[in-house]
Amino acid sequence: MIKNIFNEFSFIHVMKPLLFLFSIIFFASSLSFVERRLLALFQNRYGPNRVGWNGCLQILADTIKMFFKEDWIPPFSHKFFFVISPIISFISLLLVVAIIPFSTSFLIINLDIGILFFLMMSSLSVYSILFSGWSSNNKYSLLGAMRAAAQTISYEIFLGLSLMGVVAQAKSFNIIDIINSQKNLWNILPQFFGFIVFFISSLALCHRHPFDQPEAEQELADGYHIEYSGIKFGMFFIGEYISIIAVSSLMSCLFLAGGNNFLGLPKFLCFSLKTLFFIFTFILIRASLPRPRYDKVMYFGWKILLPITLFNLLITAFFILN
Amino acid sequence: MFFYNIIRYFFSNIKSMFIVFMNIFSKRETLLYPEKKVNIPPRYRGRIILTRDSNGEERCVSCGLCAVVCPVGCISLQKKEGKNGRWYPKFFRINFSRCIFCGLCEESCPTTAIQMTRDFEMSEYKRTDLVYEKKDLLISGPGKNHKYNFYEKSGKINIFKKNNKNIKRKIVDTKKILP
Repeated sequence: MIKNIFNEFSFIHVMKPLLFLFSIIFFASSLSFVERRLLALFQNRYGPNRVGWNGCLQILADTIKMFFKEDWIPPFSHKFFFVISPIISFISLLLVVAIIPFSTSFLIINLDIGILFFLMMSSLSVYSILFSGWSSNNKYSLLGAMRAAAQTISYEIFLGLSLMGVVAQAKSFNIIDIINSQKNLWNILPQFFGFIVFFISSLALCHRHPFDQPEAEQELADGYHIEYSGIKFGMFFIGEYISIIAVSSLMSCLFLAGGNNFLGLPKFLCFSLKTLFFIFTFILIRASLPRPRYDKVMYFGWKILLPITLFNLLITAFFILN
Repeated sequence: MFFYNIIRYFFSNIKSMFIVFMNIFSKRETLLYPEKKVNIPPRYRGRIILTRDSNGEERCVSCGLCAVVCPVGCISLQKKEGKNGRWYPKFFRINFSRCIFCGLCEESCPTTAIQMTRDFEMSEYKRTDLVYEKKDLLISGPGKNHKYNFYEKSGKINIFKKNNKNIKRKIVDTKKILP
């Protein structure tokens, strides 16, 4: 019996996703330290540099603090939704990592509907925010959740539409096919407007600056995760970084040809360099751009991004049919 | 105009990102404090001390002006009379957990006994350790004002000596003896 199991699911098949999972979570949690150091670098500060060599053990200290804080569930909250929403937020974009090819032969599942899977998971992440905002029974968190829902749902449309040009060029939803279709020319050039829109709407998807209206710290006091503490808050916190990693690695696959030939570097290194570039840009944007008013965000989405994506789709269709 | 504005705003955002990015190469503003000491101006209002005059005697005459002027009431002291009739503080106690370092005690002191120093690193783990007694406060030197001696200025330098009936008292302009 045991032999059969080992024959069917070999050790590597089980260990590979687990290794993936833990390395992604570890990298996401250490990204909080990286982000603080980088923000400090942009603002002429040093950032956390006391714990360990140049602050490299800061993440350990943060984790210990996070784990041993009191995990408080407010008595006025809806307990089931209150508990389940950080889990959704943590899981939804972590699953997206499964479809990302770190190199053409190194991925967990090769889905034919890879991009659709990503879009589905990103729309599921709205529920975590809605649930947490509503179940906290707090007006600030409800306001934050309302903003987040409106923003995420409207930006999801551009998130999907901007990818359709890429999909139409590759004639496939499979990410490996899309990477292989960019052998000659990276998608960032023919699909430039699609890239811009996807970049902006992925900022909105991750609730990063300048699209962090849902958790606007100055007005809403952290928005939807105001009532969360301890490891539940930590799951929201790390979930945000996981979504950054997922989205930026997806961007490097779809628009920068993933691990394809680039300066003769090894494929995995090449892929991670591109991904790190996008993560760096996310943090740079956080350091430099101010947060616009909430209605301006909606205005920008519907009146500027939507026409650009449609225009981009039209042009792509024109060139494909020609 | 609409399209022009979109392009203009897009590039202005790119420009501000570039400006922020160039900050990587500029100098850090942070002073890494415990390794590098802060350059504190000489008139900084830090830890309070009690000084002695140039003869090595205590300056404090326990007039109590500092305790009266203290807005938080952190100074307490009691008078003691020496053998020659001069006043000394029996105890002099400053509760630094209350002290707000306003410097009014230093200004009010007629003998410049109580003075403030540049030292500010006085954190303690126990609150009771912040109550400084006279032996913690009194230093052996004259502090800021090296030559000032209250009794010389006020013309009463010899009143404590025995057989002082023959000594003439100087007439002193009280407006000019302020420290």
